[in-house]
Amino acid sequence: MTARQERWLARGLEVTVPILVLVLWGVLSAGSETYYFPPLTDILTTFKDTWVFERVGSDVVPSLERMAAGYGIAVVVAVGAGLLLGLSPRARRAAAPIVEFLRAIPPPALLPFAILVIGVGSSMKIFIIAFVCLWPILLNTIDGVTSVDPTLRETTRVYGISPRDRMRRVMLPAASPQIFAGMRTSLSLALILMVISEMVASTNGIGYFVLQSQRTFAIPEMWSGILLLGILGYTLNGAFVLIERRVLRWHRGARASALS
Amino acid sequence: MLRVDHLKKTYGEGNDAVEAIGDLDFEVQEKEFVCVVGPSGCGKTTLLKCMSGLLPPTGGEARLHDQRIDGPPELMALVFQEYSRSLFPWMTVRQNVAFPLRRKRLDKAEGRELVESAVRSVDLTGFLDRYPWELSGGMQQRVAIARALAYQPEIMLMDEPFASVDAQTRADLEDLILEVRREYGVTVVFVTHDIDESVYLGDRIVVLTPAPTTVQEVLEVELPEPRDQVETKELQEFARLRAHVYRSIKRKQPAAETEQEPARA
Repeated sequence: MTARQERWLARGLEVTVPILVLVLWGVLSAGSETYYFPPLTDILTTFKDTWVFERVGSDVVPSLERMAAGYGIAVVVAVGAGLLLGLSPRARRAAAPIVEFLRAIPPPALLPFAILVIGVGSSMKIFIIAFVCLWPILLNTIDGVTSVDPTLRETTRVYGISPRDRMRRVMLPAASPQIFAGMRTSLSLALILMVISEMVASTNGIGYFVLQSQRTFAIPEMWSGILLLGILGYTLNGAFVLIERRVLRWHRGARASALS
Repeated sequence: MLRVDHLKKTYGEGNDAVEAIGDLDFEVQEKEFVCVVGPSGCGKTTLLKCMSGLLPPTGGEARLHDQRIDGPPELMALVFQEYSRSLFPWMTVRQNVAFPLRRKRLDKAEGRELVESAVRSVDLTGFLDRYPWELSGGMQQRVAIARALAYQPEIMLMDEPFASVDAQTRADLEDLILEVRREYGVTVVFVTHDIDESVYLGDRIVVLTPAPTTVQEVLEVELPEPRDQVETKELQEFARLRAHVYRSIKRKQPAAETEQEPARA
């Protein structure tokens, strides 16, 4: 088999297998009388009635806003702090125990505290999402900065690159492959924490909807919410990979040429 | 112009101390091309780092225009051996060459002209918008040289810059560096372990001893200019100098070993 055929086969599998699974689910669940496992067709009809576009404004948009805000804050704070800590071994030493402690706390355990202090509004959810997403990005940024090639550091010193340019144009791009790895881990955490925080104390959001549907025995609605979350996670990850590929094109090129 | 004044460098302290540079003393004149040659592991890179202000010496000092060097001077550029690790892979050739110019606050046209003429003098004009990793090793090192030239230094330090390219590319790069040095009127300190290269390129050769490094001898090279890969290397004087440097380095090595013996016993 040529490389080209191999690629097409791989791509074909990527498309056909999920379709087959859906068809199988549809066939097996057709005419299902089980209360908890309604026929797929019922779920899809409910999905259409609920999410296209009935509850988009009331639940999907608030959820995505919380997630984007929490994730965005985490990225900015973690990359900024990571650059500073990465450049100063002393600050890194000082911060290490605190970082290790805070990141070891299971995130849902913070919910009662957050509700008490910040309340049940969106701010609480944004706080929880940001807090959890912070650590993978922070640790990866520190790792990226500390492993910048010494020759590259010396080059910036020899040419008298200003501290500002050194940060923004050397350290940041040099650490970006690791930063992106951290951001990718945090993206799935953001989705998880969005759902959890909306299940605990909320009046809207996708997480709220899923739990509320279950409590009111609206099982197809519950399933449609779960389906939507899966689709969201998948899409977000796909979009992330596309952006990463664009931004880190130089990295893949440099790595490929170093190996050849 | 550049004076290395009883420079010493010891790494570590107490029993673990390693004396890399014993006592180095030499001078580089304006517009001169000085080759520093010595056996491998003789502290050439350490010397270069002390001269460029990247590493503080433990004794003595290096001075540029009678000013003590305690950080990278603005009039100095450094070309590293590892071109692939000294160029910024996320910048194109143009951006790499232009990057050090940011501190000079030139107007746009002026900066552009500096970058383009430097890239032209290393024959890479067609590759301005390529990334370094899209180029061959020799071309990447030419980008690093163009970056140093555009910076308009008075003095350029080069750390075995051609050690990781193939022989043919190396000869081309040697001729290129002689050419741009004339064009830009820059003083060059060229560190190498290759004896032929040091004789071919240098106006003077500083021969170093093994670590702890001192100056073994300083040789004037009186070969006709411009140098030519074939004709210059056919000259008797070339052969004589080459043999002289070779013996000078070889002679010292066994002596250094016997010196160390009592310490080992």
